[in-house]
Amino acid sequence: MTSRRDFIATSAALATTVAASRAFALAPERLVLPAQDDPFASELALEALNAAKAAGASYADARVGRYRRQNISTRERSISGVSDAESYGVGVRTLVNGSWGFAATSELTKDGVARAAREAVRLSRAARAVQRRPIELAPVAAVKGTWMTPIRRDPIDVPIEDKVALLLAANEAALKVPRVRFVTSGLQLLREIKTLATTDGTLITQTFVRVGPSFNATAIGDGDFQSYAEEIAPRGQGWEYIESLDMPGNAERWAALAAEKLGARSVEAGRYDLIIEPTNLWLTIHESIGHPTELDRAMGYEANYAGTSFIAPPEKHINQLKYGPEFMNIQGDRTQEGSVSRVAWDDEGVPADQWLIIEKGIFKDYQTTREQVAWIQKLTGVSRSHGCSFADSWSSVQFQRMPNVSLLPGDRDLSQADLIAATDRGILIRNRGSWSIDHQRYNFSFSGQAFYEIRGGKVAGMLKDVAYQSNTPYFWNAMDMIGGKSSYWLGGSFNDGKGEPGQINAVSHGCPPARFRQVNVVNTARSL
Amino acid sequence: MRSLFQNADAPFLTRDQAKSLTDRVLGMAKADETRLTLNTGWSGNTRFAGAEITTSGGITDTSLTVTSTVGKRRASATTNVLDDASLRRTVDLAERLARLSPEDPELMPELGPQRYLTVNAYVDATAALTPEARSEAVKKAVDAARDAGRATGDMFVAGFLEANAGATCLATSRGLFAYHPSTDVSLGVTARTPDATGSGWSQGAARNWTLLDPAALGRRAAEKAVASRNPVAMEPGMHTAVLEAAGVAQLVPSVAGALNARNADEGRSGFSKPGGGTKVGEKIVDARVTLFSDPADPDLLAQPFDADGFPLARRVWIENGVLKQLAYTRFWAQKQGKEATGGGGGGGGGFGGTPGGLKFPGGSQSLDQLIAGCQRGVLVTHFFYTNVLDARSGLMTGLTRDGTFLVEGGKIVRAVKNFRWNEAPLIMLNKIEEIGRSERTRVGQVMPPMRVKDFNFASLSDAV
Repeated sequence: MTSRRDFIATSAALATTVAASRAFALAPERLVLPAQDDPFASELALEALNAAKAAGASYADARVGRYRRQNISTRERSISGVSDAESYGVGVRTLVNGSWGFAATSELTKDGVARAAREAVRLSRAARAVQRRPIELAPVAAVKGTWMTPIRRDPIDVPIEDKVALLLAANEAALKVPRVRFVTSGLQLLREIKTLATTDGTLITQTFVRVGPSFNATAIGDGDFQSYAEEIAPRGQGWEYIESLDMPGNAERWAALAAEKLGARSVEAGRYDLIIEPTNLWLTIHESIGHPTELDRAMGYEANYAGTSFIAPPEKHINQLKYGPEFMNIQGDRTQEGSVSRVAWDDEGVPADQWLIIEKGIFKDYQTTREQVAWIQKLTGVSRSHGCSFADSWSSVQFQRMPNVSLLPGDRDLSQADLIAATDRGILIRNRGSWSIDHQRYNFSFSGQAFYEIRGGKVAGMLKDVAYQSNTPYFWNAMDMIGGKSSYWLGGSFNDGKGEPGQINAVSHGCPPARFRQVNVVNTARSL
Repeated sequence: MRSLFQNADAPFLTRDQAKSLTDRVLGMAKADETRLTLNTGWSGNTRFAGAEITTSGGITDTSLTVTSTVGKRRASATTNVLDDASLRRTVDLAERLARLSPEDPELMPELGPQRYLTVNAYVDATAALTPEARSEAVKKAVDAARDAGRATGDMFVAGFLEANAGATCLATSRGLFAYHPSTDVSLGVTARTPDATGSGWSQGAARNWTLLDPAALGRRAAEKAVASRNPVAMEPGMHTAVLEAAGVAQLVPSVAGALNARNADEGRSGFSKPGGGTKVGEKIVDARVTLFSDPADPDLLAQPFDADGFPLARRVWIENGVLKQLAYTRFWAQKQGKEATGGGGGGGGGFGGTPGGLKFPGGSQSLDQLIAGCQRGVLVTHFFYTNVLDARSGLMTGLTRDGTFLVEGGKIVRAVKNFRWNEAPLIMLNKIEEIGRSERTRVGQVMPPMRVKDFNFASLSDAV
């Protein structure tokens, strides 16, 4: 059995391999499609940099993005939408006297990109009027190269009939379940080609492929209705992942849970030991660890929107805050295979990184971009960006976004069954339901899709109307058991929101199941 | 100058340019029916934190969605590359996807020419908000906030200013052509005291930039922050709540969002009656509650057509507490023999948002009067991270934020810690003590402040 220490060591070795291969396309043996550069995009990007420099920028980057997004949605035996969207444009970011400006255009001509570059410089100059300290960027080595998400089959190229047939077969299977009257299912498929050029000499083109399936069934009976959404993780993989899910083969089992919920016992509010499956816990990690460890948040940059962080100021928390028990290790990375946040370089040309945000229960480091490094370098000793810069479109400015943030498995390879067997009175919680957390990430509320009572080490029937409402420091310090390596599962989302104007980010979170002692559970049923 | 009609170099398409583009693309189409949706616009934004600008941007883009119908099959393709070759490729892709898609039994034909309400939602002053003008406005808001908070030290001020100018255009092969230009602008300011124990917020939004007062917004955020310092813990429980309009605006629209007639008919909505049927005609909330949509209302000025080009009219959803009507897509209306209300989006799709805006006409009392009439309760500035906990009752959870205060004997006594609450808007609208004067809470939305009994404040939050 691999110990946790070994697991981390292995991860570190992997990071070294990644670092060594950064100068060229990664893992070529896994690719079925070669990563490609885009000469037209490169030329436009360099044109934009020249215009920005000529207009007075001390630093500039230009990002040409070509996005293809396909969405298919169905309900019962019919199709509710098939759409295919292409978006192509360039965003130019400039520094003049230490102030940022950004302009974006879909006019992809030399004149068009030069105009955008000059507009960005104009914005930089306008920002000077309200600037107190100049932006400083941590150094990064110039890089030239290409990379592509390793896939076996490009999901966009799969015939639309096959995609629709797969979803309708899943719906048909679900509708076999008595009292299941409504089913929706869908596929979100995405291919992004991004070229980044910077005045530091970086020129890279990356192709990202991501897939996100969904399934939801609703049962009606006895004057009630209950839904069950299967937690199907989005992945940075190709069509082979969708096929591996066997949605048509599993849909009947999933839908049966919606029908079973109609007869489930309504939970009695109170304190319970919770065993939280990875299909639910990934989101709790996202909200209560992922967001508060964003450095821009801790520094107040999100104060007017998503909020700040209880982990502030940094000098009072780095190496001091006890987040949870000693076996709690939280990794930030943009390297995990199949994760949706995986890249070779971020949107500032910084190589993908992997590091510990929490080590042995103690908070160690934040998520960073180039301009943020200097803010905490003296506290962490880290002089590089962790590579967390991302923009969701050519028309959006890049800023600090969450990488994959994951709870590493425990030393002992415990299974979920082991956790249940060790629990006398508790509730097992499966899949993501409703979620909410305060603007400094203390007080949260999470529900799920299926809940089971645990009595005397055994599952003792289904519950409904369950939500756990707790606060971050209490909750993580109440964790007393976690599963091992073989119980680790990677969940995630395409749609994490942050920033003004709002941007979305795709992020994965891996974790084993874990047990939390005496957490507050509320009953969510109300009658009108 | 970014004026739409006077300047050929405007960064979005004029009506004539849009007509010419859609005519050209319709000429390429071979499907039985084709609908084009053109979104063209400019957006300028300035974001600030720590009393300085952190990012700012200017974006111009025009995208065209082609929705093709072949028999009962329909699909769409979108592009923002507008040369002839790309447009032709996009039309071909939409038609190919449509042919490959299974038949949609709920498909409704595209619309022909329609008549729309006249709505003038475009204001030059908003479209002309240059980077320099935005920086100037931000400086006013920041300076006013720092001045107002001076007694507590150097106030941390963050916020966001965004202006949009653009147009939505629809054209179908059946002869429909609709073009609706609009502008909007919003400025939000958050001020935090240097000791990190107080936080305040204010926001303004309008179609017309000249209606916003950046200094007043900055001042109000700072005053809230100063007043909310050093909050004490108040026992959670059922307390009377005085909700500012911004808070009401985070709860009540969910009621409108649940008006989908199909869900109600199918037994999966808070408006379904146990055993079948809907609650239309029944008194569901306090008799002082009326909720309506009306694109032409001068306080709303919403787009007068939906995504299909269907005309949006005044629709009264709840009148004097009685559920007057539900929202019908064209398909569901035809199936049930009812009048469509719009907001469908083609087939049997849902009722997304509240097209045509949403207005809750209030009473005559000011916020101060609502507070003065409160014996003991909690004054709430606004909410954060609201989410539905139970779809059957519409039970929501969320948190208070940026200024939560104990009110006793009609006066604000002191700042209290934030709460998590669990409350269903439909239940809350049956516990109203008083409704105040309504105000614009965002573009296309008007809501009043109100005082309600027994609001369920469930637990404490340490967040400031």
